[in-house]
Amino acid sequence: MEKFTVLRGKAVPMMRANINTDDIIAAQAMMGKVERIGDRLFTGARYDSDGNERPEFILNQDRYRGSRILVAGANFGCGSSREAAVWALTGYGIRCVIAPSYGEIFHDNSYQNGLLPIILDEATVARIAAAIEGADEPVVTVDLERGEIRLPENGLVRFSIPEERRAALLAGMDELDILLTRGEALNSFQIRDRSERPWIWGA
Amino acid sequence: MPLTLFEKIWNRHVVSEFSDGRALIHIDRHVLQETTSWQAFDALRERGLPVRNPELTHSVIDHSVATHPGRTADSFPPTRDMILAMRRHCQEFGLRLYDIDSDRQGIVHVISPELGIAQPGCTLVCADSHTATSGGLGAWAWGIGTTQVLHVLATQMLLLRKPETMRVTFNGTPGRGVFAKDLILHLIGQHGVATGTGHVVEYAGPAIRALPVEGRLTVCNMSIEFGARAGLIAADDTTFQYLAGREFAPKGAAWDAALPEWRRLPSDDGALYHRELVVDCDAITPLVTWGNSPQDVIAIDGRIPAPDSFAEPDRRAMAERALRYMDLTPGTPIEGTPIDYAFIGSCTNARLSDLQEAASIARGRKVAPGVRALIVPGSTTVKREAEASGLDTIFRDAGFEWRESACSMCVAANGDMVPPGKRSISTTNRNFEGRQGPGSRTHLASPAMVAAAAVTGKITDVRRLLDAGEA
Repeated sequence: MEKFTVLRGKAVPMMRANINTDDIIAAQAMMGKVERIGDRLFTGARYDSDGNERPEFILNQDRYRGSRILVAGANFGCGSSREAAVWALTGYGIRCVIAPSYGEIFHDNSYQNGLLPIILDEATVARIAAAIEGADEPVVTVDLERGEIRLPENGLVRFSIPEERRAALLAGMDELDILLTRGEALNSFQIRDRSERPWIWGA
Repeated sequence: MPLTLFEKIWNRHVVSEFSDGRALIHIDRHVLQETTSWQAFDALRERGLPVRNPELTHSVIDHSVATHPGRTADSFPPTRDMILAMRRHCQEFGLRLYDIDSDRQGIVHVISPELGIAQPGCTLVCADSHTATSGGLGAWAWGIGTTQVLHVLATQMLLLRKPETMRVTFNGTPGRGVFAKDLILHLIGQHGVATGTGHVVEYAGPAIRALPVEGRLTVCNMSIEFGARAGLIAADDTTFQYLAGREFAPKGAAWDAALPEWRRLPSDDGALYHRELVVDCDAITPLVTWGNSPQDVIAIDGRIPAPDSFAEPDRRAMAERALRYMDLTPGTPIEGTPIDYAFIGSCTNARLSDLQEAASIARGRKVAPGVRALIVPGSTTVKREAEASGLDTIFRDAGFEWRESACSMCVAANGDMVPPGKRSISTTNRNFEGRQGPGSRTHLASPAMVAAAAVTGKITDVRRLLDAGEA
């Protein structure tokens, strides 16, 4: 997993609530091994039926094109379990989402892929969005080491995430590496379980 | 200390605990489908790891396969590579695969209970958000991402924080024309799509107890539309009768060993939940959705709401957008809205009892002119059972298309799609923009309601047809 320490880049406000994983990437756009999956981010809203960019879509506007940070409404990433939603975001270059709440599976998937999903209360998220919209340049710094979001014009917002998630992101550590160190505990569990719950094991 | 059903299952599966409060949880059943597992197999191979417990793993092809009779992996070219990859991966790693032509094939959450893969008190995961369906048997079942598929393939464990618990008690008796689908839609409509977030939801109360297993599976299926990753219902004699004799259910001495443990699983008297909700089923009528979120639920005799009827700015904005997308006018009755498509399928509502409910409406009637109506059975077993009892003839005579089992128009990844601008009434679980195909407009409802709309050509109160009897 790619490390996350300090991220500076354009931030895009998409303040609609309940942006779901089908919005982020439609099922038809994620079938099979997709090269350049970032091109398919927000497929339905971003392109018309001929595949041309819709100028009204915010990421198609020069001010926000190439954003690294997404500021969103509540329950972002609700819906399906498709990890392709996270891959589409990171494939585009977005490494941080700031929202009041998330769909639970999306939230987990984000951490597994080095995408930082910051949770802040609705008023604070709205304030961040307003600061971005009002700035000459919509550029924000997300500093995971200090737990700070630095807004375009000198505003500062603090955030925190669970310590184990923070440590993993800062180190770029995959969860699988932790799991693989616990083989002994797993062996003893399964040996005991085979005798206590033989029906689980097809006996 | 009295424990909840969920806490008992959690305790049973802790392999080890971390000082920060996380725990390694043993996974008893891992079920794979073809659209979310490819990258996990590639990662497993790259790291040179075997599948830790193939005997606890089942795989199926469901999401992307075509549904017309005589289908093959080649029938829908955009997903051909994915189907072939699934075959290759299962062979390479020694996993069972219920392939397109297998008797066991079907939608992953339909076959998990049907084959007895899911059992009371077991942990079951699948990279699909509707995995909670198997909670209807009293399993702790939840959807995971592809990276977690890799974790389970490699270690048969997941690293988790303990979720909070919620109990939803359904009191009263649902009226005529009100089904399990209406119970769960009502809950989501009343409390919204995010209330369950962070919780394992236990559905309880007399109206849940009275449901047959298939109805319980429908209720648990839409836990994710309530925000919850997992929803479950305590196993009881109804559950045990359902499970007995199924292919992967315990037999003989194993059954005798399992049963006492299963009977100890229900929540203890006085067990505490982080949150409790109560639903009065007497007040529920047949329901249908009008917008692009599963919480946009109204009674069949209700009117399309105006955006300013919502207090929260978020809901108001969503309503405005949804009314435009759905091409609906506030204040008009939902009943009578003309439809173009009627879809009966999906892990929510395509089990045998769902097809029976729909057939009881379709019998002796005809699909309305201009309406395309499809039945996609939840599994190949459901399809064969339906054919054995003549349901397929009822549907065919009425003008429904009778298809092979797959996810089909629920996720629109196999070529089955509602065209842009067309209106569909569907037994599925999501009415998102574009869910049934780009530009499609979806209304969610029970199988009987969908059948009623198919034969009348418009959204119709199914109770009118029940009152009319057989046509």
